[in-house]
Amino acid sequence: MNFFEILKFSIDLLAVFLLALGIKGLSKVRSAREANRLAAIAMTLAAVGVFVESLGDSGIPFNSWFWIIAGSIVGTFLGALVAKKVAMTAMPETVALFNGCGGMSSLLVALAVAIFPLSSPEETLNMDLVEKISIVISVFVGSITFTGSIVAMAKLQGWLPTPAWMQSKIRHFINIGLGVISLVSISSLLNGSDSGLLLLVISSAFLGVGVTLPIGGADMPVVISLLNSYSGVAAAAAGFVVGSQLLIVAGAMVGAAGLILTQVMCNGMNRSLVSVLFGGALGATVATDSSGSGDYLNITSCSVEECALTLEAAERVVIVPGYGLAVAQAQHTLREVTRALEGSGVDVTYAIHPVAGRMPGHMNVLLAEADVPYEQLKEMDVANPEFPATDVVLVLGANDVVNPQAKNDPSSPLYGMPVLDVQEARTVFVIKRGMSAGYSGIKNDLFDLANTSMVFGDAKKVLGDLLVELKELGISGKN
Amino acid sequence: MSFLSEAFWVLLLGSLLGLELIGKVPPTLHTPLMSGANAISGITMIAALTLIIKAGDNLPLLVMGSVSLGFALFNVVGGFLVTDRMLAMFSRKSTRK
Repeated sequence: MNFFEILKFSIDLLAVFLLALGIKGLSKVRSAREANRLAAIAMTLAAVGVFVESLGDSGIPFNSWFWIIAGSIVGTFLGALVAKKVAMTAMPETVALFNGCGGMSSLLVALAVAIFPLSSPEETLNMDLVEKISIVISVFVGSITFTGSIVAMAKLQGWLPTPAWMQSKIRHFINIGLGVISLVSISSLLNGSDSGLLLLVISSAFLGVGVTLPIGGADMPVVISLLNSYSGVAAAAAGFVVGSQLLIVAGAMVGAAGLILTQVMCNGMNRSLVSVLFGGALGATVATDSSGSGDYLNITSCSVEECALTLEAAERVVIVPGYGLAVAQAQHTLREVTRALEGSGVDVTYAIHPVAGRMPGHMNVLLAEADVPYEQLKEMDVANPEFPATDVVLVLGANDVVNPQAKNDPSSPLYGMPVLDVQEARTVFVIKRGMSAGYSGIKNDLFDLANTSMVFGDAKKVLGDLLVELKELGISGKN
Repeated sequence: MSFLSEAFWVLLLGSLLGLELIGKVPPTLHTPLMSGANAISGITMIAALTLIIKAGDNLPLLVMGSVSLGFALFNVVGGFLVTDRMLAMFSRKSTRK
C-alpha cells in the first residue's frame, strides 16, 4: 500500500462512518438537519477519495477532467435548480424524479462497462461471472428504478392517467411476460452472448412502467420508497461492477433502510406491500362487492356561517388535515384561520395521521411551511385521547383516516387501520368537495353521525370564506 | 477471490447496518428521511467518476460516464438541498419557542 492508497482507504472509512451517522441522525427530529449535512459531507469525501486514489495510480488524464467537469456542472446546476424551485406540495414527485436519475446513473455505468470492458480489469474483478451478474443486476434494477420513478412522478403530477386496461388482470400477464423476457435475456447474457443486453434494458424498462402504472395515487409514496430501496441495490451492484467497497456499503445501507421505511409506511396505511404492488387500486376491488358500500342516510350539511359561529364559541379546536388540503394547497389559508381563532383565545391543535398528506410526514412539512408551530402538531397516539374533550373538529380533505368503520366494523376492508377518533368530539365539521368516497372507495360512517356536519366546497375556498365570516364576527388574528 | 469475499462481507454488514439504523422513525420524518436516503443512493457518482478516470481515450465511455455522473449528481445535490429545505422548516419552528 502506498501513501495514496492508505489515504484513500481512510477517507472511505470516514465517509462510510459519517454516512451511517447521517442515516441514523435523520430518524430523529432534533438531529435531522445536521445529519443531512453530515451525509452530504460524507458524499463529498467519497468523491475526494476517488481523486486521491487516481493520484496514486497515474493521475487523471486531461480528457477525463473535461468530462468530469462537464457532467458535474450540468448535474449540480440542474439539481440545485430543481431543489430550490420546487413547491413543498410537489415533494413526492420530486423525490421520485431524483430517485429515477439515481437509477439511470447506475444503469449507464453498468451499460458502459458491459459494452466497453474497462482497460484494467485486474484491478476490479477477475471473476468474470460475478462481474457479469453484477452488471446484469445493475442494468435490470437500474432501468426498473428509472422508468418506475418517472412513471410515479408523472402520475403524481397528474400528467399520466391510469389506462383502463391497466386496472384489469391483463397487466399481470403482461408484467409476467416482461419478467420472463428479462430472465431469458439475463440467462443469454450470462452464457456469454452480448445480444441479450439491449433486450434486457428494454424489457426491464417496460417492466418498471407496467408495475408502477396501475398503482393508485395514495399508494405511490410506498412505491417511491420501494424504488428508492431499489436504487440502493442498483448502487451496490454498480459497486461490484467497478470494484468499490464504499459503493457497496452505501448502496446496501440505503437499500436496507429503504426497505424498512417502506414497511413502516405500509403499516401506517394498513396495507401490505404485496397488496400495494399487485392489488392495484383498492377502490376497484371494493366497488364490486357491496359489503363496504351503501347509501348515506343522515347527512347534515351546513353553511360556512354556521361553522364559523360554532368555531367562535369553541374552546378547543382540533384540525385534521388530509390529502385534500395538500392538493388544494390550502395550508396557508388554514394557518390564517387558526391564527384568527388563536387570537380570540381558542386552543387550536392539529391531529396528524401517520399517512396524512401526499406521503407520510408530508403534512408536517406543509404545515411547517405555513408557519404552524411544531408543538401544535399532535401525532395520532397523542391526539386520540384528547378528542372527547374537544369542542370542534375540523376535517379538511381527510376521509379514510377518520372513518370509524376501521374500529367498529370487522367486515370493513378498513378494519384494523389506525384512525383518528374524531367522532368522540362534540361537533365535527367535514370540509369536502362532495360526497365522493375516499381513496379506499369505502363509505365513511362518520358523515352519517348526528354530530357531524358537512361543509361542501373546495378546502381553500371554504377556508377563505370561513376567514371572512370570522372577521365579521369580530375575530381577527391581529390581537 | 479476496476482493470478492470482502465485497460480500461488506454487502452483508452494510445491509444489516441499514436495517438497524432506521428502527423507530417518527412519521414526521418519513418524507425527509426518504429524500435523504434517496440522495445517498446517488452514491453511484463514485462509479461514474471511476469509470471516467479509467476510460482513457475511449470517447463513448467518457460520454456515458459523464452523462451518468450528471444524473447521479442531479440526484445527490438536488436530494440533499431539498431535504435541507424541508428540515429547515422544522428546526426553525422548534428553536423559536
